[in-house]
Amino acid sequence: MANTMQSHMKKNTLPLVHFFLAFIMLLIGGTLGLLQGLNRGGVFELPASFNYYEVLTLHGILLILAFTTLFTNGYMYAAVRHTLGELSKTVKILAWSSLASFLIGSVLVVWMVLAGEATVMYTFYPPMQASPWFYIGLVFVVLCIWLAGLGIFISAFQWKRRNRGQHLPILAFFAVGIYTLVIFGSIGVTVEVLMLIPWAFGWTETINVMLSRTLFWSFGHTLVNVWYLVAISVWYTILPKIIGGRIFSDTLARLVVILIVILNVPGGFHHQIVDPAFSEGLKFMHVFMSLSIAFPSLMTAFAMFAVLERTGRKRGGRGLLGWLWVLPWGDVRFLTIMIAMISFIIGGAGGIAQTNNQLNQVVHNSLWVVGHFHITVGVTVVMTFFGLVYWLIPHLSGRVMTPFIHHLGMFQTAVWTIGMALMALSMHAAGLFGAPRRTSYTTYGDSATALGWEPYLSFLATGGTLLFFGVILIVYIVAHLMFFAPKGDTPFMDSRVEDNAHPTPKWTENWGLWVIVAILIISMGYVVPLVDLIENAPPGSPPHRTW
Amino acid sequence: MKMHRFEEIWLIFGVAVLVISMAITGYQAFAQGMGPPSHKETIDPTQVENTAPFDNPGVYQTGENEYEVVMTLQAFSFEPSEITVPKGAEVTFIMTSKDVIHGVNAPHTNLNTMVVPGQVQRITQTFNESEEFLLICNEYCGTGHQMMSATITVEE
Repeated sequence: MANTMQSHMKKNTLPLVHFFLAFIMLLIGGTLGLLQGLNRGGVFELPASFNYYEVLTLHGILLILAFTTLFTNGYMYAAVRHTLGELSKTVKILAWSSLASFLIGSVLVVWMVLAGEATVMYTFYPPMQASPWFYIGLVFVVLCIWLAGLGIFISAFQWKRRNRGQHLPILAFFAVGIYTLVIFGSIGVTVEVLMLIPWAFGWTETINVMLSRTLFWSFGHTLVNVWYLVAISVWYTILPKIIGGRIFSDTLARLVVILIVILNVPGGFHHQIVDPAFSEGLKFMHVFMSLSIAFPSLMTAFAMFAVLERTGRKRGGRGLLGWLWVLPWGDVRFLTIMIAMISFIIGGAGGIAQTNNQLNQVVHNSLWVVGHFHITVGVTVVMTFFGLVYWLIPHLSGRVMTPFIHHLGMFQTAVWTIGMALMALSMHAAGLFGAPRRTSYTTYGDSATALGWEPYLSFLATGGTLLFFGVILIVYIVAHLMFFAPKGDTPFMDSRVEDNAHPTPKWTENWGLWVIVAILIISMGYVVPLVDLIENAPPGSPPHRTW
Repeated sequence: MKMHRFEEIWLIFGVAVLVISMAITGYQAFAQGMGPPSHKETIDPTQVENTAPFDNPGVYQTGENEYEVVMTLQAFSFEPSEITVPKGAEVTFIMTSKDVIHGVNAPHTNLNTMVVPGQVQRITQTFNESEEFLLICNEYCGTGHQMMSATITVEE
């Protein structure tokens, strides 16, 4: 037994190390989140040597960049290995180099922020200038994603060569889509960072501020949609197995992946709706580009309810809604994903509202936006990730979850849901009344307007405190499932397609075509504004350090 | 690809919602003039103080109950920082930044825009209620960001 145990751990070191590091990031990032929430609620002041903005910069980087990247790489490598077979030597080397690149990059980035050399937020808008080593660290983080993607592409390619004429298994198809999208999304930010590095070393004197900002946002929003695509890979391919059902439509799932990959990158422009230097006509075209991202999500909503209803009826649910009650609500692997999906109905609706220009102007840069991405990333994505933990980690470590950990998981889910609901809803409300994001506690000289935000901010702090307990609980659960749970076999939870399903058409595999379509759509969104920003650029900005 | 009938109905409904929201946004922007602030005019960010009109920031009357506020933003203040206009005034803010990116928001109004070095931004707001409005920076601009504010007093 001890031997199988060791072989399990050894065989799965790659994803396990990723998950281990990911949850350390969550622990640190979550603790920093607590500090911010308490400061924002007016409970205490942070010391000048480790001020609110440094804490916020780290919180953003560790959670939206580090935790998500590590978790995704871990999950995707485990999934590809399960569906496509043992990774080849080249792929293993790529995967470990990706992790090494991540570690080098994040050490540089975190070190610079802690040294007070990079209090620039994870958006690092110039002409605020951080230490060049901060930007060099970011290059390594991007490299990590590219190397991981390359490994996945090679695995898929090798499998296709061994299995001519067959469709790539659905989970591996998701993996290819996810890394294609993240690579497309990161091209803009890579160009930006490569312009910032010589400027930060002082080799170039000035920087084109609007160009940098626009390149950044072609990445910023795509990144969160990558995490969302990772989450829906779980909904489509894993959720049916957990509730005892089948995949509703293999073709539909693949079409959704393709649409998300080709439509996503120009969507980032909606972060610049109230920017100068763009015409109203261009901004209006981008309303279309942003809203088009909602279309595949509408298809997902249908597919998910179809799976839930079919499975519910198979389990004996009768009547209009009877199928809903018979779903396994007491199973933490289902409950987490279900809450994630429900929260996406709220988060998606809020997203559609705020991407319409005039409505965006009401909430731009307010706490509303922070509430929005804590619902979408903090619940929809993260809760789906938590849902994986309960079976994927014991599957990899060769252990089984105990009933106690299951109970604790249900409790963790409740704490997280209530904490996020309190925090995100009060952020939405305070934002509608004008409370700004990324601002430490202030009353603007006891202004009546700012004092009106206080009750919402105390709810925010309460929610943040609950979430901190949620972080402690999930980290304990992960550690237990990784190192202490009883030994045994936990199966990988991937689902099969319905027996009477239509065969998946060949065109879904035509990645060359999808890449070309994606490039066309990205060009449609970005060629005109980028050329305009370069041709009609004002004199560049010299560096500023305002922290 | 064969689609379920309910799926067709659902997708038609969903797309209709998106199209209608887009039509309303377009109508408001182009027929009613409610589009987001989108001024295109550049300026040398290192020469703001020597470039008209920013060499003389202040409040200027331009018509009957119409005003222009020429405003510069710098870490961590607005200039001018106390603005007084009569009730019902239509105020156009002409703004640029002397250093980093700032944001401008007057809570309880639709005045909300980015102010970027190298760019001049214009935004118009009519103040119909006589009260003291707060004007704040809503884009992180440095350690003193939370102190960066101004007031707009609307007099009876």
